[in-house]
Amino acid sequence: MERLNAVLNLLSVVVIIFAATMLVPLGLSLHLADGAEQAYDTAILATALAGGLAWVATRGRQRELQARDGFLLVTLAWTALPAFGALPLMSYLPKLTFTEAYFEAMSGLTTTGATVLSGLDRLPPSINFWRCELQWLGGMGILVLVVAILPLLGVGGRQILKAETPGPMKDTKLTPRITETAKGLWGVYALFTLACVLAMHWAGMTWLDAVMHAFTTMSTGGFSPYDASFAHWNSPAIEGVTIVFMLIAGINFATHFQVLRKRSLKSYRDDPEVRVFLGIIAVSVVGITLFLLAKGVYRDFWVALRYTAFNLVSVATSTGYANTNFGVWPLFAPLWMLFLVSFVSCSGSTGGGIKMVRAMLMFKQAFRELARIVHPRAYIPVKLGGHPIENNIIFAVLAFMLVYGGTISVMTMLLAATGLDFVTAFSAVVACINNLGPGLGQVGPATNFALLDDFQTWLCSAAMLLGRLELLTVLVLFTPAFWRK
Amino acid sequence: MKIIILGAGQVGASVAESLVSEQNDITIVDVDPTRLNALQDRFDLRTLVGSASHPSVLAEAGAADADLLIAVTQSDETNLVACKVAARMFNVPRRVARIRATDFLNDEKVLGPEGFDVDLSICPEQVLTDYIVKLVEFPEALQVLDFADGRVSLVAVRSYRGGPLVGRQLKDLRRHIPGVDVRVVAIFRRDRAIVPDGDTVIEVGDEIFCLAPEKHIRRVMRELRRMDRPVKRVMLAGGGNIGLRLARALENDYSVRVVEHNKRRCEMLAAKVNRALVLNGDATDEELLEQENIAEMDLFVAVTNDDEHNIMSALLAKRMGARRVVALINRRSYVDLLQSGEIDIAISPAQATIGKLLAHVRRGDIVSVHSLRRGAAEALEAVVHGDRESCRVTGRRIDEIDLPAGTTIGALVRGDEVVMAHHDSVIQAEDHVIVFVADKKTLPRVEKLFQVGVRFL
Repeated sequence: MERLNAVLNLLSVVVIIFAATMLVPLGLSLHLADGAEQAYDTAILATALAGGLAWVATRGRQRELQARDGFLLVTLAWTALPAFGALPLMSYLPKLTFTEAYFEAMSGLTTTGATVLSGLDRLPPSINFWRCELQWLGGMGILVLVVAILPLLGVGGRQILKAETPGPMKDTKLTPRITETAKGLWGVYALFTLACVLAMHWAGMTWLDAVMHAFTTMSTGGFSPYDASFAHWNSPAIEGVTIVFMLIAGINFATHFQVLRKRSLKSYRDDPEVRVFLGIIAVSVVGITLFLLAKGVYRDFWVALRYTAFNLVSVATSTGYANTNFGVWPLFAPLWMLFLVSFVSCSGSTGGGIKMVRAMLMFKQAFRELARIVHPRAYIPVKLGGHPIENNIIFAVLAFMLVYGGTISVMTMLLAATGLDFVTAFSAVVACINNLGPGLGQVGPATNFALLDDFQTWLCSAAMLLGRLELLTVLVLFTPAFWRK
Repeated sequence: MKIIILGAGQVGASVAESLVSEQNDITIVDVDPTRLNALQDRFDLRTLVGSASHPSVLAEAGAADADLLIAVTQSDETNLVACKVAARMFNVPRRVARIRATDFLNDEKVLGPEGFDVDLSICPEQVLTDYIVKLVEFPEALQVLDFADGRVSLVAVRSYRGGPLVGRQLKDLRRHIPGVDVRVVAIFRRDRAIVPDGDTVIEVGDEIFCLAPEKHIRRVMRELRRMDRPVKRVMLAGGGNIGLRLARALENDYSVRVVEHNKRRCEMLAAKVNRALVLNGDATDEELLEQENIAEMDLFVAVTNDDEHNIMSALLAKRMGARRVVALINRRSYVDLLQSGEIDIAISPAQATIGKLLAHVRRGDIVSVHSLRRGAAEALEAVVHGDRESCRVTGRRIDEIDLPAGTTIGALVRGDEVVMAHHDSVIQAEDHVIVFVADKKTLPRVEKLFQVGVRFL
C-alpha cells in the first residue's frame, strides 16, 4: 500500500499538470468565441479537483521511485489521463458516450489518430485543437514532460523514461542527468514542431491549421480537423512538407538531439536504423507506385507517385493522414502499408509498431541461426552499427515479438467473434496496436471507428494503450511477482 | 653505445639479443627477476629489477649517460612515462617506446616533445601483421620487404624443381623480362651465401633475394616461380593480438576464418571483426578443420603465442590439404628444424620486428633495416651524405667502393627515381642506397662506409 500511495501521489501531480494543459484550448476558445468555453471550465475544474484531492489524501507519502514503480505510474497515468482528456469532449458533445470519448482521448494521447467523431469540420476549433494537443503531449510522452519540468522525481525519473519511451535499448543516456535528457528530448521535439508549423504555414495552411497539423505530424498522430483529412487542401506543397516532417518524426529523437548538439549530420549516418528506415520507405514508395500503375489505378506516374508517397509515408510512420481513400486500392498496397507500420519506425521516435531496431535484430538473429548450421563452432554476434548486441536483449526482443504477435492474434479473434469481418477486425487491431489510426474495410480511411460497439471500442482502446507503452510495461503489472514485496 | 632496455618480455629479449651481438653496453630492466636471470645466463648484459618508469630505477640503470632508451614493457603507459622521465630528468638523447594502442598515435602532440617525448614508437604486432599481409598478397614469396617508402621491394623466393629458372644462368633472367630492371642481390644455397654474378646457375632449393622497383614485383615473381593462383581463403590459428590485427587487415579482401580456443576471447574477437568468421576450438582439432573445409584454404597462418602449437597445427593443416602454411615460431632451433620441411614459411617474430629498432641503433644515416635469415644477414637503406673527401661512398662508382665480401649495393633511390645498381653507377650525395649484407659480421665496416668523416662536420 505504501508503494501505491507514493505512486498515487505522483500521479496526482501529473493530473494537475494535465489540467493545466487544458488552459490552452480554453484560451483559444475565449479568443475565438467558438462557444466551447463551458466545456473546458467543467473539465479543468473536475480534473484539478480530482488531482488535488488525490494529492491531499496521499500527501507526505512521497519517496524515491523504485524500478517497478515506474511501470505502475506510467500505466496508471496512461489509463487515467484519457478519462480526464475525454471530459471536454463529453461536456461539449452530450451525445458522446464515455466509451467513445475515452476512445477518442486514448486515440489522441497514444497518437493513434483513430476517431469516432464525424463532422469534424463543424466542431469548434478549440475542440479540434484539444484533440491535436492531446496527440502532441502523448507523442514525446507526457511523463517525460513531467520528468523534464519537475525535479521531484529524482532517480525515479529514469524508470519512467524507460517505461515510456519506445525501443528495446533504453540505457543510452544522452546527458549525465535524466532531467536534462528529458528536457533535451522535449526541446528537440518542440523545435521540430515549431519548424513544422512555419513550413506548413509557408505551404499554404492558416496559422491555426498549421499548429494543429504540426502537433499531429510530429507526434505521428494523424488527427485532422477535417473529415477529408489532407484531401481538404489537395495541395502537393502541403503534402510534400508533411512527408518530410513525418519522416523526421519517424527517426529517433535521441539521434536528432545528437545532430543538433554536435551540429553535424554524422549522427544520422551512424544511426543504423535511419538508413534502413529511409531505404525501406523509398523502395516501398517506388514499388507501390509501379504496382498501382500496373494495376491501372492511376494512369500518370507523377499522380501515382504523389498519392503513394503521401499515404505510404503517412501509414508507415503510423501517422494516419490520408489524401485519398487508399482503402479502395488493390488489397496488396494497403496490406503492405500495414505491414510497414508494424516495424518501420525507429526506436525513440514518435512512431508506433515494434520499431525498426527490433526488426533488424530479429532479421540478424535469423541469419545467425542459418550461419550456425553451416559453422557450428562459430561465434557470430548480432551486431548493430558495428556493436555486438548482448543475448539477453535478443531474448527480450524475441519475447516482445511473441507477446506482440500473440496480442494481435487474440484481439483479432475477439473482434472477429463479436461479428466484425476479418479484414476489419485484423486491420483495426493492427491500426490500434501500432498507433496508426485508419484501418481497412469498415474502419478504413474513408470511414471511422464509430460503428464499433462498446466492447469493440474498449478492446481497441486497450490495444492502443498496449501498443503505445510497448506491451510489457503494461503486462508486467499483471504478473504476481510484480506485487510481491 | 650505452642502451637501456625496459621490459624483458619477448620483444625486450630479442632486442637485447641482437644488440648485444653488436658490441653495445646493455642494461635491461624488468620487475620479474626470473626473466632477467634467464637473460643474464645467455647474454653479456647487466640486469636490474624494478619498475621501469620510476626515476630511481632509471637512475640506477645508468640513464644519466645512456645513449638510447628502449621501452618495451607490456604496458603502453609505463613506456610513455619512462620516455618522459628519461627525457626530462636524464636527458637521454634517443627514446623508443613500444605502443600498441593506436589511439596514442592519432595526434602527434601526445608523443611530441611537449607530450611524452618519444622519438620513435614501435608496435611489433603491427609490423608482424604488415609482414604477413605482404605474404598473403604475394603468396609465392618467402618474404617481401619494402625500402624507400615502398618504391623498391626486396623479395625472397625459393626455387623448386621444374621452376622456370632452375638450371639457368642469372643473366637469362634479364633477357626473360625485358624492360624490367631486377637485380639478384644474394642466393642462399644450403644455408650458405653465394655472391651471385651473371654466370651463377640457379639450383633447386635456392633461396633467391632480388631487388626490383615495387611496380615490377609481380612480373619478376612470375618469372621466378609459376604464379600461384591468388589467395582467396585464409585461416588464422590463434586470435591473439596478431590474429585480431591480421583478421581485420585481411577481412575485406579475403575470406578469413579465425580459430581461437578461449571462449571469452572468441566473443571479444567476434565483436571486433566485421566479416571474418570466429570459430571456437583448437587449431589442432582435426574435426574442426575438416568441418571448416581446411582443404579449400589457400593459406593457413598459425599465430598463437605457443611455438609448438603453431608448428603442430600448421603441419596438420598442410597434411589435411591447406595449400600453403605459415607458422610463427620464436625459437631459433625450431626454425632451423622446419624451414624447408612441410611448413612453407616460418616467421620469427623477433627478426621480423626488430628492423625498425635496428635502424635507430645503427651509426650513419640509416633509414630502415630488415633482418634476414634469422639475423645472419641484413638489408639496409642508408642515406649518403658529404662529398668525395669526407665520405668513402659519395661521388664514387660502385666498383670503386671497398665493399666487404658478401655485401652488395642493390639499388639507388634518387628522389623519386629508382636506379638498379650496376658496377659503373655513381653514387651521389643524398641518394638512398639499398645494401644487402650477407654476413652480419661485416656490418661495422659497412656502417663505417656510410659515416661522414669529421671534416664534414
